[in-house]
Amino acid sequence: MNTPVNNTGDSVLAQLTAAMAHSDVRIVDLTHTLTPDFPVMVLPPEFGQCKPFRLEEVSRYDGRGPAWYWNNISMSEHAGTHFDAPAHWVSGRNLPANTVDALPVENLIAPVNVLDYSKESAADRDFLLTVDHILAWEKQYGQIQPGSWVFFRTDWHKLVNERAYVGMEKDGAHSPGPSPESIRFLVDERDILGFGTETVGTDAGQAAHLQPPYPAHYILHGAGKYGLQCMAYLDQLPPTGAIVIAAPLKIRDGSGSPLRVLALVPKTKDTTP
Amino acid sequence: MIEALQPPPKKDPQARTRNALLPPRDRSRATMKMAASAARGTLELQTCSACQALVYPPRDACPKCLGADLPFKPVTNRGQLIAESTVQTTTDTYFRERTPWRMGTVLLDGPQPIPLTVHLHDEVGEAPCAVRLRAFLDKTANVVLMAMPPETSRLTEDDPQLRELTATPKHRRVVVSDARTPVGRAVVQAVIDAGATMVFAGNATPWLPFEGEAELAAHDKVHLIPMDITDDNSVRVQAGEIGAKCDILINTADHVREGGVLSRQGLVTSHDEFEVNVFGLQRLAQYFGPIMIGRGADGINSAAAFVDILSVYAFCNWRQYGAHSASAAARHSLLQCLRGELNQGGVRVMGVFTGPVEHDWYQPLPPPKLAPAAVAKAVVTALNEGIEESWVGDIARDVREKWQDSPKALERELTL
Repeated sequence: MNTPVNNTGDSVLAQLTAAMAHSDVRIVDLTHTLTPDFPVMVLPPEFGQCKPFRLEEVSRYDGRGPAWYWNNISMSEHAGTHFDAPAHWVSGRNLPANTVDALPVENLIAPVNVLDYSKESAADRDFLLTVDHILAWEKQYGQIQPGSWVFFRTDWHKLVNERAYVGMEKDGAHSPGPSPESIRFLVDERDILGFGTETVGTDAGQAAHLQPPYPAHYILHGAGKYGLQCMAYLDQLPPTGAIVIAAPLKIRDGSGSPLRVLALVPKTKDTTP
Repeated sequence: MIEALQPPPKKDPQARTRNALLPPRDRSRATMKMAASAARGTLELQTCSACQALVYPPRDACPKCLGADLPFKPVTNRGQLIAESTVQTTTDTYFRERTPWRMGTVLLDGPQPIPLTVHLHDEVGEAPCAVRLRAFLDKTANVVLMAMPPETSRLTEDDPQLRELTATPKHRRVVVSDARTPVGRAVVQAVIDAGATMVFAGNATPWLPFEGEAELAAHDKVHLIPMDITDDNSVRVQAGEIGAKCDILINTADHVREGGVLSRQGLVTSHDEFEVNVFGLQRLAQYFGPIMIGRGADGINSAAAFVDILSVYAFCNWRQYGAHSASAAARHSLLQCLRGELNQGGVRVMGVFTGPVEHDWYQPLPPPKLAPAAVAKAVVTALNEGIEESWVGDIARDVREKWQDSPKALERELTL
């Protein structure tokens, strides 16, 4: 026998299906194509390195397999548009359900707040998001709700084929990111689900010199929160009202995973193109 | 006399590219041993251990005393041309395209003036006259002797017969697989200095800057190309775009890290080493090789050589860099296979073996270490002189000699 809740669920899903059919809800792909030349995190070369995406053709309707085409692929868990689980960082190593196979599936679909600092980032590639920025944003769009994603829009995805994407120089990488205080605020005061960026990591390019180093990684994952990075097209999302589907591969003990990040975007929002 | 070699004209798109025909292949095993010394760029003849007679052509028994112990030993490279002949035509398909072809007989200087059959460099005058002798590998990798002029001129390297026996960069276009490294950049400069008309310099990560990049980018003969030999697609794309202009391919890529089997945790670093050093080499060969085979006789800038710069510890494992040595050994083995395969198109495969080079990954090691320019110079020498295997620097030569003497003793020494 169906419960009222299930009836409500049926109704919601039916409405969603109809809304998508009529383009009242658009699906926006926030994912870069996985390519071998997509930049990956650069670590000092004496450390183990992040393996970029690789594809080797097994057969393509030829002598190696006459009727079928398929490839072998390999990559780091942290290549391309990807998800960071809490176990990725040492601060999250002892948390329960800290790997991609153990994440509660309820967390894989969640509302998203999009903080647009693309102009500030264009003016200063080392721009850091501060608590004041967040409070100012909330004044305009409302308080960030617990369990929601916070996406930091910088329009950095437009630079993916340029050196400025990573911005590597003798003193390290240069790209915008969150300050330690802002991440601490989002975790402690807003209890977010996770933090997402268009840059190569959730942290700023110069984050090794912040305290703690790599604060987004350290603080987010230490609190069981998630990271999403190397995303694209955050400029197609409204400040609030969209829902993100971000489901990493179910890798046993995996620290992260490349994934397809999709956003359900309501047409009625002013910022929807 | 020789006319200065002119840059090749633009290729006629309606003319069929000539097949790379090869000189006669079959040789005795004794002659193959002589080819082994020619592969190193040295002239050696058999000397009978019993009667000390010099023996030529190579034989299984001494023609004077029937002694069967006939080791190859270095001999003088000086002789006297006593007779010459010019082959005007022949049924042999390779030489038929290259006649007239000067041949001669040279008496070796010294106490045993045995007669040697030689190719004649065009700068050698009419017999009788003094000549300098060189052993080369021909297009089938068989040993041939060439009588050279006693003194070289600026045109010596332009002799068409000599050019068949070498892979000189002059008027050729060169692909350097990895120009991000000090060795890579030194090789780019060295082949330009040696007359290469164009260098395609590989850059595996164009999104990351590297030292010396500005100079390479500004050089009018250098084209930086986005090529990562660990990425199948990138090598395929570059072979498609520039493969037909690859007359010489020099693989300068080498992923070096310290550590062996137990001194490392996991296989990630070893994977990286094999991806670059072994599979990277295979990718280059698989995508560029077939195009080079098709252009082995494509005029003045025909495809001529595939050069690999690799560690001398390919021959014997050095425990301190044990995993890297293993990748070098695999690389060396692949080169042997590739040599036979590319030889079908008259393309030479050259190995340039080095000891530790003066760069970041050998930083903790004491001298002697090789300057990148020394490695580059050895590459150009190998190309100019048709040397199949060369050992650069004291350490490489020492390892080579000890390996020849006793592989097991060397293993003991290097793995203690």
